[in-house]
Amino acid sequence: MAYRTYLMVCAGTGCVANQSIKIKDTLIKELEKKGLQDEVAVVTTGCNGFCGVGPIMVVQPDGIFYQLLKSSDIPYLVEEHLIKGRPVKKFMYIPSEKEPPIPKMSDIDFFKKQVLIALRNRGLIDPEKIEEYIARGGYSGLAKALTEMTPDQVINEVKKSGLRGRGGGGFPTGIKWETMKKVPGDVRFVICNADEGDPGAFMDRSIIESDPHAVIEGMLIGAYGMGSTQGYVYIRNEYPIALERLLKAIAQAKEYGLLGENIFGTDFKFDIRIIRGAGAFVCGESTALMASIQGMPGEPRAKYVHTVEKGLFDFPTCLNNVETWANVPQIIQKGAEWFTQIGTGDVTNDPWGGSKGTKVFSLTGKVVNTGLVEVPMGITLREIIYDIGGGIKDGKKIKAVQTGGPSGGFIPESMLDLPVDFDELTKVGSMMGSGGMIIADEDNCIVDMAKYFLNFTQEESCGKCIPCREGTKRMYDILENISVGKGTEEDLELLEDLSYMVVESSLCALGGSAPNPVLTSLKYFKDEYLTHVREKKCPAKACRQLNVYTIDEEICATVGHGCDLCKKSCPDFAIFGETKKAHHIDQMKCHKCGACYDACNFKAIKVE
Amino acid sequence: MPKITIADLEKIREDTKRTLNFRLGTCKAKITVHMGTCGIAAGARDILSSVMKEIEERKLMDVIVTNSGCAGLCSKEPMITVEMANEPAPVKYIDMTPAKIKKIFDSHILKNELVKEYALALGSEKTA
Ligand SMILES: Cc1cc2nc3c(=O)[nH]c(=O)nc-3n(C[C@H](O)[C@H](O)[C@H](O)COP(=O)(O)O)c2cc1C
Repeated sequence: MAYRTYLMVCAGTGCVANQSIKIKDTLIKELEKKGLQDEVAVVTTGCNGFCGVGPIMVVQPDGIFYQLLKSSDIPYLVEEHLIKGRPVKKFMYIPSEKEPPIPKMSDIDFFKKQVLIALRNRGLIDPEKIEEYIARGGYSGLAKALTEMTPDQVINEVKKSGLRGRGGGGFPTGIKWETMKKVPGDVRFVICNADEGDPGAFMDRSIIESDPHAVIEGMLIGAYGMGSTQGYVYIRNEYPIALERLLKAIAQAKEYGLLGENIFGTDFKFDIRIIRGAGAFVCGESTALMASIQGMPGEPRAKYVHTVEKGLFDFPTCLNNVETWANVPQIIQKGAEWFTQIGTGDVTNDPWGGSKGTKVFSLTGKVVNTGLVEVPMGITLREIIYDIGGGIKDGKKIKAVQTGGPSGGFIPESMLDLPVDFDELTKVGSMMGSGGMIIADEDNCIVDMAKYFLNFTQEESCGKCIPCREGTKRMYDILENISVGKGTEEDLELLEDLSYMVVESSLCALGGSAPNPVLTSLKYFKDEYLTHVREKKCPAKACRQLNVYTIDEEICATVGHGCDLCKKSCPDFAIFGETKKAHHIDQMKCHKCGACYDACNFKAIKVE
Repeated sequence: MPKITIADLEKIREDTKRTLNFRLGTCKAKITVHMGTCGIAAGARDILSSVMKEIEERKLMDVIVTNSGCAGLCSKEPMITVEMANEPAPVKYIDMTPAKIKKIFDSHILKNELVKEYALALGSEKTA
């Protein structure tokens, strides 16, 4: 059946949470009501990445982008766009108040600068239909590998491509595969790391949700190269949609004979098992992950012996991240040379020589456009934040960008022209990590943010190494003290000493990188710390305990007419004043919670 | 479902090519049916159906169809606009009937030969 129009409804986690399934159902009903069901098809797709404006629907072939839809909008939209052919302006993306709506997805800045490899099928295919993946060239990379290439050629191609691990470490994938290949033994495993524990990050979830077969095909190709017949996907159970799509995809691949024995008529066989994780950050670490699959506590071990030699059940095991696997089919299909054209450096003789291909980031924090973006390596942070992200919200000033998740570092505004590259980001004390990118503006306090990340890592520390378990806790306590005005200058030195101690004496990279937010903030924002400890003031006014709240009586009486809202909000009963008259705060009683500030609609509460 | 072969991959790709071209918006020809209130009253829905029928019967992979609002010439409805990838300007055809659509497919879409007698003028405006 040929359709004239396809309505691509986003069914990524973000849009589903915003009722996109209900929108899909309403669309189907409305199309039937108007007798359009044979002309217009409704397709559910994976995440489009522009989660901030969901639920999203793209009308093809015209590429019209609709955002923030409600099911009550659907009858009007069907009538106008699908019957009368008038795309509906009020559901389109509007870049700013002064600009007209942009009808086409391809014209929206957020999408324009992106280069899609790992997410190439997002929004274009129904992830639950293997035929649609195949239609976009899916499984032809595997076909090529199995029929035209030897296992060594496959490994060599990946090595030449300069692909580096997308899970955090940036280790060259080809070298890992080659090392594993050289280890003798018949039993060996490949694992896909879909644990994704960084707060606010959803790159891997989105890849699985929008294109699960890309991950499966990548694992198949890797398994063929390394001589493995059994794979595992370690995925957190908190990802129900990704999990369901992956299960469906595996079942379909089995039905088609793409998993199992004699794949494509060759004697290559491979199967995949899914292991559900309970959502512990440390279980994303390679040895903890393998311990967890074996049913043991998720604790890392020392890596004198690498997992490619002795990993899961003590057999050679290759662990790669979801995004790493999703890149592999494209590299085999289009060749290493194609891949190396995108990115930085030169990897001809050395896979460590640069950063090739693309990286998916989840862009969050104080940017206008939040969401998931895939960008070519080498793009500057500034381009991501301003061209794709649309700049800082509410016209505020940017303070820093935090890359690499909870164990990454802060990069100050002066370094925004830094290219996205594994080695460049590490040089300045941060890291690529798995792709978290959080933008902080002038209202964010650096101490407060460092405290937030430390709180996360100290909670997630498995406790095996005392320096990590206790060290991060002490560091958190010091930061807490600084934020309530009990910090001293000596504390800053102690904080730094502790940081180096934790880094150097922890077994795994959790402790090894947890102090990064502290170290980089001390390095680039020392003044802000000093203001906290010397003057007991928070320049961003985010550490509320350091603020003094007063009421501008003039504004309170004349503009707010003594509305009483602050008085009602105060848990300390510290605000006095008659209704319709100016109010004031009794500083002796005030505990500086800031509730009055949040409650006042007239900006009468002043913060010093 | 028996195990698929590499030839099957190719076949699935062929079978779904049209669907995908549609979704990607890549095409040789784009036909826009004008469906303002006037167009619909003049029978634009039937025109749309015959366009779809022609595409299906001829198994055309790279012709896409879209609809748009009134073209501003209500007395000449139903109208269509044909944009060929290899032609600089779109062409508007007026007073369409299913038979005329057939003719336009025979010559303009398939042979790149304009059907002058139905054409309004070579418009310079592009559809979105
Ligand atoms: C505390 C900790 C958490 C980690 N979490 C993840 C994760 O969620 N996903 C991931 O792919 N890698 C994670 N890693 C990195 C893995 O140990 C490993 O380097 C990676 O999965 C290897 O795959 P790659 O080479 O494709 O990046 C984590 C590492 C540490 C130390």
